[in-house]
Amino acid sequence: MSVNPELQGRVFPPVAPYLVGREKVREFARAVFSTNPVNLDPEAARAAGYADVVAPPTFAVVVQEATLAQLLAEPDAGIDFTRVVHGDQRFTFSRPIVAGDELTATLRVASVKSLGGHSMVTAVSTVVDAAGAHVVTATSTLVVRGDE
Amino acid sequence: MTIIATPSLADLTVGDVVAEGTFPLTRDSLVHYAGASGDFNPIHYRDDVAVSVGLPGVLAHGMLTMGFAVQPVVDWAGDPGRIVDYQVRFTRPVLVPADGEAVVTVVAKVGALDTDAGVARIDLTVSSGEVTVLGKAQARVRLV
Repeated sequence: MSVNPELQGRVFPPVAPYLVGREKVREFARAVFSTNPVNLDPEAARAAGYADVVAPPTFAVVVQEATLAQLLAEPDAGIDFTRVVHGDQRFTFSRPIVAGDELTATLRVASVKSLGGHSMVTAVSTVVDAAGAHVVTATSTLVVRGDE
Repeated sequence: MTIIATPSLADLTVGDVVAEGTFPLTRDSLVHYAGASGDFNPIHYRDDVAVSVGLPGVLAHGMLTMGFAVQPVVDWAGDPGRIVDYQVRFTRPVLVPADGEAVVTVVAKVGALDTDAGVARIDLTVSSGEVTVLGKAQARVRLV
């Protein structure tokens, strides 16, 4: 089984909105060893000009995850998830994620390439807030190892 | 509360080390991150599963390493909202033993300055046991 090259350019339906909870942000912040009060303390976040605690930059992956699950579950994608390795990751922010945000992510497959028997799938998830304004774009390159 | 002064772009020079960090990872760290992130791939907490798929042992989540590697930069910048772009390449796994720790170190240096955009590119060197584990690890930080 190999990755379907026709995936390139495919846009998936938006996933169900993700409501960012304060305690989830704090739990995630502690898991990535954040000690920054803007991540952890609502008072400090408000003093810095935010409505509530601010998520660490890589929290965006939690919102992105449902879109990658959509990609792996796509019947004609040909992606065997047991052969998937995360190649690279990028987050580009218009603003940080803040507790209370209701975020909706939409996946587009930017490219499918073959390289030495492996396939490289670049997945771009665009995350917007409840008003439809851009918050962050999460880009993942997944390397799908070929048959040995 | 402590107000951390925002670093000024004008005070920075390419090559300056702006932040460093040391992160001892244990299996507890991986279980904590699994729960916090929702990534329950068992290669991050079960030796038998890791070995059955050809790995030398349990590995840290790449996204965990990416997650903490930027924290020294966040603390230097003072506000996580100043990170406008962050990218890494996952080049080598971090093996975490069952009965000890894997120490990951981070050195953050000024890689480039874009004074028109008000953005500093901070390049991260992230290593475990003398080998780098992330490639092209760059955070773009909005400064004044």
